[in-house]
Amino acid sequence: MSRLDELSIEEASRRLASREISSRELTEACLARIEVTEPKVGSFLEVTAQLARQQADDADRRLAATGTRTSDTTALTGIPIALKDIFLTKDVRTTCASRILENFIPTFDATVVARLRRAGAVLLGKLNMDEFAMGSSCENSAMQLTRNPWKLDRVPGGSSGGSATCVAAHQALGSFGTDTGGSIRLPAAFCGVAGIKPTYGRVSRYGVIAFASSLDQVGPMASTTRGAALLLQTVAGKDPLDSTSIDAPVPDYAGAIGTAPTVKGLRIGIPREYFVEGLDADVEAAVRAAIGKLQDLGATIVEVTLPHTEYAVATYYIVATAEASSNLGRYDGVRYGRRRGEEQGLRDMYGESREQGFGAEVKRRIMLGTYVLSAGYYDAYYSKAMRVRTLIRRDFEQAFERCDVIATPTAPATAFEIGSRTDDPLKMYLSDILTISVNLAGLPGMSIPCGLDSAGLPIGLQLIGKPLDELTLLRTAAAYEDSCHWHRVSAELKP
Amino acid sequence: MSAARSYYQEGGFETVIGLEVHCQLATASKLFCGCSAAFGAGANEHTCPVCLAMPGVLPVLNRCAVDYAIRAALATDSTINTNSRWARKNYFYPDLPKAYQITQYEQPYCEHGRVTFDLDGTEHTVRLTRIHMEEDAGKSVHDAHASWSLVDLNRAGVPLLEIVSEPELRSGAEASAYMRKMRSLVRYLGISDGNMNEGSMRCDANVSLRKRGATTLGTRAEIKNLNSFRSIERAIAYEIERQAEILLGGGAIVQETRLWDADRGVTRSMRSKEEAHDYRYFPEPDLLPLVIDDAWIERARSELPELPDARRGRFVTSYGLSGYDSGVLTASKELADWFEAAVAAHDNPKALANWITSEVLRIANESGAEGETDFSQLPFAPEHLAALVRLIDDGTISGKIAKTVFSKMVESGDDPAAIVAREGLVQVTDEGAITAIVDSVVAANTAKVAEYKSGKDKLFGFFVGQVMKESQGKANPASVNRLLKERLDG
Ligand SMILES: [Zn+2]
Repeated sequence: MSRLDELSIEEASRRLASREISSRELTEACLARIEVTEPKVGSFLEVTAQLARQQADDADRRLAATGTRTSDTTALTGIPIALKDIFLTKDVRTTCASRILENFIPTFDATVVARLRRAGAVLLGKLNMDEFAMGSSCENSAMQLTRNPWKLDRVPGGSSGGSATCVAAHQALGSFGTDTGGSIRLPAAFCGVAGIKPTYGRVSRYGVIAFASSLDQVGPMASTTRGAALLLQTVAGKDPLDSTSIDAPVPDYAGAIGTAPTVKGLRIGIPREYFVEGLDADVEAAVRAAIGKLQDLGATIVEVTLPHTEYAVATYYIVATAEASSNLGRYDGVRYGRRRGEEQGLRDMYGESREQGFGAEVKRRIMLGTYVLSAGYYDAYYSKAMRVRTLIRRDFEQAFERCDVIATPTAPATAFEIGSRTDDPLKMYLSDILTISVNLAGLPGMSIPCGLDSAGLPIGLQLIGKPLDELTLLRTAAAYEDSCHWHRVSAELKP
Repeated sequence: MSAARSYYQEGGFETVIGLEVHCQLATASKLFCGCSAAFGAGANEHTCPVCLAMPGVLPVLNRCAVDYAIRAALATDSTINTNSRWARKNYFYPDLPKAYQITQYEQPYCEHGRVTFDLDGTEHTVRLTRIHMEEDAGKSVHDAHASWSLVDLNRAGVPLLEIVSEPELRSGAEASAYMRKMRSLVRYLGISDGNMNEGSMRCDANVSLRKRGATTLGTRAEIKNLNSFRSIERAIAYEIERQAEILLGGGAIVQETRLWDADRGVTRSMRSKEEAHDYRYFPEPDLLPLVIDDAWIERARSELPELPDARRGRFVTSYGLSGYDSGVLTASKELADWFEAAVAAHDNPKALANWITSEVLRIANESGAEGETDFSQLPFAPEHLAALVRLIDDGTISGKIAKTVFSKMVESGDDPAAIVAREGLVQVTDEGAITAIVDSVVAANTAKVAEYKSGKDKLFGFFVGQVMKESQGKANPASVNRLLKERLDG
């Protein structure tokens, strides 16, 4: 590889540590790449070039001290990354791709951001997303359109669309997104990169703008599994500011994967409910081939069943919208949003601010969520959904008695055309049909590239693990990667 | 309203009242962030990203607030639920920055308690439905600016207990006495300052009437904004008459929320049942369920101070006081502490109790705000009262002179011994001096002496009075009695 922006995180990290390259060189390469490619893909809502150069120089000073007593470098020191615009960044505008937050400049960093800064990562900028993370295509951004680098008339997937495109287009070596129902895994699959949604509570949500609090989880994307592992281990772990974060030791994922990961003796579960009618033939063929490859590498394949899968989408759209309707109440015009100054009293101000500040999908979900929590409907919807959620969780517990990892397609099809589903919310919601259950059950899930369809678009293999067993997912993914070339195939940014 | 009042007074209706008491916990910091929970800072000084509800922030429970809440549960014999949940109560208002309040709804941390209080010598017991924890909202200021309303979020996130009683109170006086007991309890427990004028303690009352003997409840009105004992009594009295008049006129009570207007002395309709908020409660996903295990309860129990009922019993047995006096003295922790400080300085509990229940309480009530007894404003310390009683007990002054000394203590705050010395009020015990006065009184009243000797015994008091007057009240009364008897009967 000649271009620095095409390096994987682990390779860049090695070269930085050995002083073959500087962080400033690497950062300039990414900034130059952003300059060239951004007009085509539109990943970034804001490029923080000045901050990035400053952080890169800081990183180079830290790297120069490597081996001395004051050495404080990490594997991420000097690595240029970018963040979904859902993470609060001190003094850097954070919009959640919503008009209602278009002028919001946070006074503090999200815990994830603070940990990345401490590790010495370089922040290239803030990435486009579906407004308030509500969407599967990134088309619900109130700010701009983001295009799939593999085929520019296709969506990148959502909601963390910019997080996937910036890695696929080599604008950044890695990125962070959030995943509430598939928002990391789906764009990772559509853009042909590795993305992991950790166990609920594995990574702090403090300073991450909430969509659905019981489902939201932060995770990384990178061109390789090892790169994603390095990003994850930097941010994971208990945070006293997030009561739902889990107090469990964080393994050295990258170290544990090692140079020769194996899947020998690993039991991989295949849930029949995930290979059903409507699944694209190319997708099914690629995923089955990947599973066959894992079997060749020594894994055992077992059939498992997740019988409540068919209720997942309905359950998700009750739980997620209910929580969202409450989480978004604070954007009421008192402190966020525009005011014309002509509002007639309080109610009018609320109405005007929210009418102008929120996009159609956000309004749709607020209404849905408000409805399912309303007096007289709570038992029929929310309460019932919570019971089904328990059943879905139990499905996985039972399946994991027979296997160590579950393998499925990440999405029923590859990236669809821009505009093709915007008028049909229900069809859009079905994009997440294979990823949603993982969030409802709070489990770790991952998507890695496993092929291209006949149109040349990437296909994602989803791996689902036991609670807090990200390591097995990463190890399985790395073993697969080592045996194939899919993660090295790059998008060409063609129309 | 007179017809209604008389029907009511004749006992036609029975009043049914349930109170929801909101009590601010005196923790150092707020319920879900580290900001100070203290009252009285400049607007929005006690705020941070969490209580300002900035995007992305999350609550972290203040365990000290739970310690306090457990004390309240133990003091009211409530059943503590090992597992309880936080819930979101959603509504829009500018002083509610998250647009929801974190509270407890379906699973409060405790239930099924009871509180006993005394009213006119009769003991009443009221059962508690539940107590739960929640956070307070901020404050909207509507009159500071011509065209803007201002918001102060210092109070947003301050921990509250909501104590919900069963509808077992039967009059405004009972409601007020219950509230007094509740305030006494939280002050005893050290979990709240109980200051109603600062809003640390306030209540809503659910009031309904029913025909005496009926077993079902009538339609109720919820009265809000009751922030003094007087408001509770007046608002309930008003509401009883209003409802009685409607019912006697053949009308029906509308279930609604009414606001007490203390200036006009009326309750006004705020919103009807149809207009009532739909709070869309659901479990708070940002907090784990609250687990209060036995170890936590036992630790709180071991830290529990002596409670009013126990202290009252101790006053009866240790100090030999009457149940009534013990009840008065233990009604507030401050008063009971004051009494015990005095006893520590001079061991005559009965005399001290008499002085406190008569004289000291009168002074404290005069100096306190409406319906409040304020010991911090007293010009003298318990040690001063103890010194005064000691002066009586060792014969330095008479009980009569002591009253004079007491009023001078109230005026000046001086030590009673200093007052006695300065004013020359030391009791005359020199029998020679008293005999001289007796002699002069007898000599000056020969006619009365004759009457007395002829059998008019009642005149003895006259002679005592004359001698005391001559001595300016300083003569030892026992000596006066004895010497007069010897002189007149001898
Ligand atoms: Zn605060």
